[in-house]
Amino acid sequence: MELLFEGIKKAFYLLFTLDSEVMGITLLSLNVSGIATFISLFIGVSIGTVVALSKFPGRKIVVSLINTGMGLPPVVVGLFVTIFLWRSGPFGFLGLLYTPTAMIIAQSVIATPIVMGITLAAMQQLPKKLRLQILALGATRLQMVWTLIKEARLPLLAAIMAGFGGVISEIGASIMVGGNIKGYSRVLTTATVMETGKGNFDIAIALSIILLALAYLINLILTYVQQRERPR
Amino acid sequence: MEKSSNTPILEARNLHVERAGVTLLDVPDLVINEGEVLSIIGPNGAGKTTLLQTLCYLMKPTQGEVFFRGVKVGFQLPPFEYRKRLTMVFQEPLLFDTTVFNNVASGLKFRKLKGMEIGKIVIENLELLGIAHLKDRSARTLSGGEAQRTSLARAFAIRPEILFLDEPFAALDPPTRESLMEDLEHVLKKANTTTIFATHDRMEALRLSNRIAVMKGGMIHQIGSPMEIVNHPVSEFVASFIGIETILSGRVVTKGAGTFIASISGHNIEAIGDARVGENVMCFIRPESVVISLDSARGLTSERNVFSGTVEKIIPVGPYYKIHIDCGFPLAAYITNDSCRDLSLEVGKKIKASFKATAVRIIGKNKGISKDRE
Amino acid sequence: MKKISSMLAIFVALFVVLSIPFPAFAQQKNIILATTTSTQDTGLLDVLIPIFEKKTGYFVKTIAVGSGQAMAMGQKGEADILLVHSPEAEQKFVAEGYGVNRRLVMHNDFIVVGPPADPAKVRGMKSAVEVFKKIASSNSLFISRGDNSGTHVKEKAIWKAANIKYEGEKWYQQTGLGMGQTLNVASEKRAYTLADRGTYLALKKRLDLDILAEGDAILLNIYHVIEVNPAKFPKVNAAGAKAFADFMVSRETQEIIRTFGVDKYGSPLFFPDAGKRVENLGK
Repeated sequence: MELLFEGIKKAFYLLFTLDSEVMGITLLSLNVSGIATFISLFIGVSIGTVVALSKFPGRKIVVSLINTGMGLPPVVVGLFVTIFLWRSGPFGFLGLLYTPTAMIIAQSVIATPIVMGITLAAMQQLPKKLRLQILALGATRLQMVWTLIKEARLPLLAAIMAGFGGVISEIGASIMVGGNIKGYSRVLTTATVMETGKGNFDIAIALSIILLALAYLINLILTYVQQRERPR
Repeated sequence: MEKSSNTPILEARNLHVERAGVTLLDVPDLVINEGEVLSIIGPNGAGKTTLLQTLCYLMKPTQGEVFFRGVKVGFQLPPFEYRKRLTMVFQEPLLFDTTVFNNVASGLKFRKLKGMEIGKIVIENLELLGIAHLKDRSARTLSGGEAQRTSLARAFAIRPEILFLDEPFAALDPPTRESLMEDLEHVLKKANTTTIFATHDRMEALRLSNRIAVMKGGMIHQIGSPMEIVNHPVSEFVASFIGIETILSGRVVTKGAGTFIASISGHNIEAIGDARVGENVMCFIRPESVVISLDSARGLTSERNVFSGTVEKIIPVGPYYKIHIDCGFPLAAYITNDSCRDLSLEVGKKIKASFKATAVRIIGKNKGISKDRE
Repeated sequence: MKKISSMLAIFVALFVVLSIPFPAFAQQKNIILATTTSTQDTGLLDVLIPIFEKKTGYFVKTIAVGSGQAMAMGQKGEADILLVHSPEAEQKFVAEGYGVNRRLVMHNDFIVVGPPADPAKVRGMKSAVEVFKKIASSNSLFISRGDNSGTHVKEKAIWKAANIKYEGEKWYQQTGLGMGQTLNVASEKRAYTLADRGTYLALKKRLDLDILAEGDAILLNIYHVIEVNPAKFPKVNAAGAKAFADFMVSRETQEIIRTFGVDKYGSPLFFPDAGKRVENLGK
C-alpha cells in the first residue's frame, strides 16, 4: 500500500515538475503511437473500404485474414519487423532497427488490421443500396467512397480508439525493435518494465499512471466527439 | 398528353441482365419520351428494380445498349457522366447522417456547385416538398414521411433530366403515402420531369402515369396507356395483375352537392366527389360492385347508375364468373357461379348492369393521361 | 472539397512531426552496443555513455539483454560492440572469428543471495559449489535467470562443478528475465539466487534478500569489451566500436568505474581492471 501511495506521489511530482526525462518518454510515446495510429488509419481505412466494397475471388479468405490480424500478438510483429530490419535482413540498408521509426513501423503493423477490420465491419453495416444512392446522385467513385467513409465515421472513431489504445499500451514489439534506448526510443511501456526490473517501483507506478491518464484522456476526447454526434 | 412530347430521351435496346445463369431482365426494346411519366408495375421479383438500375447504369447489363438522347451510354457517354444527369429515389430514404439541408445539398456538392447557389436551390426544393422547417434537423430524427420527402427534395435539387422512382411510397403508412403522392403529383406536373416510376400498386401507377409497363419474370408483358392496359390487357397475367377493373374516361357535365355527373361516351354516370364542370376525369368501377339483373327485372332503387347492355364474354375465375358487358362502354362485373346459373347468362344476352354512385372511383385527369385511342 | 484539403493539411503536419524525432540517419555515427542487463540496471552506462557521446559525437544505442543474446546479436553482425561477462562463451565467440580485440574492462563478483531466514543453512560458507549442493539437498527454492546471460552461464557452471542435476526439479525455477527482475522474484518467493553484486547493491533497499555466500574464486564476474569483426560483417561500425572500446579502457573511464556507486551504496559496484590479466583478479 505504502508503495502505491509513494508511486502516486512520485507520479504527481514527476508530472508537475515537468521532469524532462519523463516528459520526453511521454512525448515519444504519444508521437510514435500517434503516427502509427495515423498510418494504420490511412492504410486500414483504404484497404478496409476497398475490401468492403468490392467483390473478388478469395474475398472471404482476405476477410478472415484481416479478422485474424486484429489479434496479432505484438511480439510476433516485433520479431518479424526485427528480422526484416536487421542489417543482414532485406531492409537492413535503411538502418532502421532500434529507432523510433522502427517502432512506428511495428506499431502500424499491429494497429492496421484492427483499423481495417473495424472499417470493414462498419462499411458492411451500411445499407447496400446507399452506394447506389450516392452514385445515383451523381457522385464520382472517389466522392462515393468518401461519402461512405463519412457515413461510417462513428465506428471509424472506435477504430482510432482501438488502434491507438492497442499500440500505446503495447510493449513486446516496441522493446524488440526500439531497444528501449534512453532518451531515444524509450517509451512509457518499455520504461515501466525497465524501472520495475531495476526495482524503482515508484517511477514505474508513475509511468503507468501517466500511461493510464493518457489513454483515458484520448478516449475521453473521442468519446465526447462520438456522443455529440448521437441523436438526442 | 399536353406535356409529353414524342422526342425519345431514353432508349433501351436488347437489354439483357443475367446473374449466375438466371435471366433477370430481358427487354428487347423500350423507348421513353421526354416529359412522360412511365410506370413500371409488376409483382415483387418482376425485374422492376433491375430494369431501373440498368437504365441508369447503376447495374451493368450483361448485354444491350442504353441511349440517352441518342448517345450510347458507356460508349460516347461515360456512365458517371450519364448518372450526373439523372437520379433515383429508392424505397428507403437512404439519407446521409447529417442535417436535412446537407442531405438535399449532397447532389449539388458532388457537382461542385458554389455554396451560395447550393443554399438557394436547397431552400427552393425544401419548400417545394413542404419541409423547409426541417432544414436543420438531423436526418436521423425524421419520421418516415419526412425522410422520404427529404429524399425526394434531394433528387429534385439536382434537376434531373430523368427521375427514377423505385417504389418510393412502399414503406409508408397509407395517410403519409396519400399526402406525399399528392405533393409528388404536383411537383412532377410543375417540373415536367421525365419520370420512370416502379411500383406494385396499380392505383399509384394509374394516377401518376402517361404510360404503364407491366412486368413479370424480367420481361415487359405490355406497355401502353392506362386505358389500353386496363381495357385491353394482352394476357391473363396483365388482366389479373391490373385488377380487372373498368376504367372509363369522360368529362364532368353537371355538378351537385358532393356529387357530379360525368358523361362517358354519351352515358351519364353519377359519382361522389368534387370536380369542376368541364374537367376530364377517369372513373374506375370495381367489378364486384356491379350488380347484374335480367333486363325484365324492375324496381332496383338505390342504384343511381343503371345501364342496359349485352353480355360479351363470360370468364370463369374460381368460384366466380367475370362478365364483360357492353353498355355502350365496357363494363366488367363479378357474379357467383350460382347467380350465373340462375340468370342463365350467355354471350349476347341482354341484361341490366347497375352500381352505386359510391362505387365509382374518380381520378382527375388534368395531369394528362394520354388519349384513349378508341 | 474543403474537408479534403484540411485532411491534406493534417497529413503534411503529421509528416513534419514524423521527421522531428529522427535526425538524419548518419549511419556511421550510430553504435549499437549489446550488453548485459547488469550494466544498465546498475546505472553505470547511464553515467558513461553521455560522456562518451559528448566526447566523440557518436550516438550509442544500448540494447540491454543477457550476455548470451548479446553475443547472438554479435554473431549476426547486428551489434557493433559487446560489453559482456561470460568469459568462456566470449573466448569461443572470438575463436570463431565473430569478434576481435577482446579487452578486459572490469569485474565485480557474483554472490549467492537468499532469504534472511536461510532455510538451507548456507550463510558464511566459502565454497560456492558446497552452497549449491546444500540448497539442492535441502530442496530450498532456487530462482535462475534461465536466459543464457553471463549470470546464468556462471550458475550452470557451478551446478556442473557440484555435479547436481537441477533441470526439472521442483525446487528449481527459471524466470527468463533480467537480473533485477529475477532478484525481485527471488525476494517475493523467499528463494535463493545467484546475482552480480552490482545489481544486488543497486536494488538492495527493495529486496528482502541477504548475501549468504561470497568470495569464492569461481564467483568472479568479469566484463570484457569485444569489437564485432568488421572483416566478417562489413556493415559493422568498426571505427565507432573501437572508439567505444578504447573509451571503456581509458584511464578516465576506469577512474569513473572505480568510484561509481560509492556515494550511493557505500562501496563500489565494479572494480576497474583495464590492462590486467584475468588470472590475477580477485587476489
